[in-house]
Amino acid sequence: MEKVINGKTVKVNEEGYLTDLSQWDKKIAVELAKEKGIEMTDKHWEVIDYIQNKYKSEEPLSIRGIKKSGVINIKEFYDLFPGGPLKVSTLIAGIPKPKSCM
Amino acid sequence: MKKLLILGAGTSGTMMANHMVKKLPREDWDITIVDQYKTHYYQPGFLFLPFDLYKSKDVKKKGENFIPRGVNYVLQKIDKIVPEKNQVILEKEILSYDILIIATGTKIFPGEVEGMKGPKWYKNIFDFYTYEGAKALRNKLREWEGGKLVVHISEMPIKCPVAPLEFAFLADSYFINKKMRDKVDITFVTPMGGAFTKPKATKALHYLLEGKNIKEVTDFAIERVDYENNKIYDYGGQEVEYDLLVTVPPNLGDPVIERSGLGDDMNFVPTHKATLQSKAHKNIFVIGDASNLPASKAGSVAHFEAEILEENILRYIKGEPLKEEFDGHANCFIETGHGKALLIDFNYTHEPVEGTFPFPGVGPLKLLKESRMNHFGKLAFRWIYWNMLLKGTHIPFVSATMSESGKHFEKED
Repeated sequence: MEKVINGKTVKVNEEGYLTDLSQWDKKIAVELAKEKGIEMTDKHWEVIDYIQNKYKSEEPLSIRGIKKSGVINIKEFYDLFPGGPLKVSTLIAGIPKPKSCM
Repeated sequence: MKKLLILGAGTSGTMMANHMVKKLPREDWDITIVDQYKTHYYQPGFLFLPFDLYKSKDVKKKGENFIPRGVNYVLQKIDKIVPEKNQVILEKEILSYDILIIATGTKIFPGEVEGMKGPKWYKNIFDFYTYEGAKALRNKLREWEGGKLVVHISEMPIKCPVAPLEFAFLADSYFINKKMRDKVDITFVTPMGGAFTKPKATKALHYLLEGKNIKEVTDFAIERVDYENNKIYDYGGQEVEYDLLVTVPPNLGDPVIERSGLGDDMNFVPTHKATLQSKAHKNIFVIGDASNLPASKAGSVAHFEAEILEENILRYIKGEPLKEEFDGHANCFIETGHGKALLIDFNYTHEPVEGTFPFPGVGPLKLLKESRMNHFGKLAFRWIYWNMLLKGTHIPFVSATMSESGKHFEKED
């Protein structure tokens, strides 16, 4: 599927997650965040940066990992990305959401 | 004499001992496997034990029966791995190695969640990922008179990610058979976006939840258990009330991995996902749940890994480049209750889809669809596990890498 975000056409899956991180940029992230009712702040960007790095180095994302990262505590993580912080932050970061096997 | 050392005699370690003893010449190689426990458990059976579908003897046997002749079997606790010296420190001796296989698995850590392993642990809060937990839960269920049953996953990743959902399905059957389903309210609580997380599976299988009247609470990242008031709370402010909490506590790698400084945030060993070589040390390989691979933590995955790891260790010994072949292949039967089951077959890049297995277009097993045949497949698997899988025997018609034929993949859009 394709979606036009901020004038740019990007590939997304059925749930709206970007399927190619190289098409991601900060303007797209701002738009995706807006769709979720989130106004991006420095702290948001710090988290996005952290989870993108995890993804690029093929390390699994977990709540525990976030907790140990020193970037943010879990309460703040929930406050920044309400309604499922891993699900929402990965959407904004342009990477796949954490999944189970089915 | 060169030394191959295997840490952990569970599913993965035992399989590797059986694979390697057939391939390495005895005059050159000494193979040793270490574990602290003498019992080998059939872990998939822990799902059936609470419902009186399996008995204790179905799920536990003596580990030594499965260690092949020609392999040294050492029953000791492992204190530490020292990769710089190619040594492993055990409680009573130090073993050196030329090649190390880490197969130390994953364990549950209920102490990681506030209030979980408190005074109500094994009173009205249970796990079913250990023999002790599954058995205690069986005794509880035998006398339980009903109320709010909450089936809960603490955090991902966990071993056998669908087991909690299977537990909920089997609980529905169990209480119907006991003629008390109307007295039991079943809720499935998950840290993910849904009980199903992949689009095809969600579409094909969500009816199971509605049909069995299982409620779903999603995006629930547990903060604490209030065992005095029988409630679980998450970081986002959600709360769920229970009378009986069946939880999957956090799954972490073995503490020996942390003591050795070899793990990630969850004590899993960073591992090359296609070769199974550890990222930090060339002569250390990792198999099964102990690795950080983005594959399911499951016996079938370990079985497919073993076939590829055997070859890569032989290549490593000869100084040849390793085969980048492991594709994350998993093949799992999923109990849906009432004598039916599903079968899923998938890998790193392909989500489970509908189709036939193992023979394209023929079956006899159907993928991603409930059937009685699949349930018999799951029951037959216990025999396959003890008699073929642990011994490293190739399962006929099922290849280590996933086959795409006979499956209903959509064209890439």
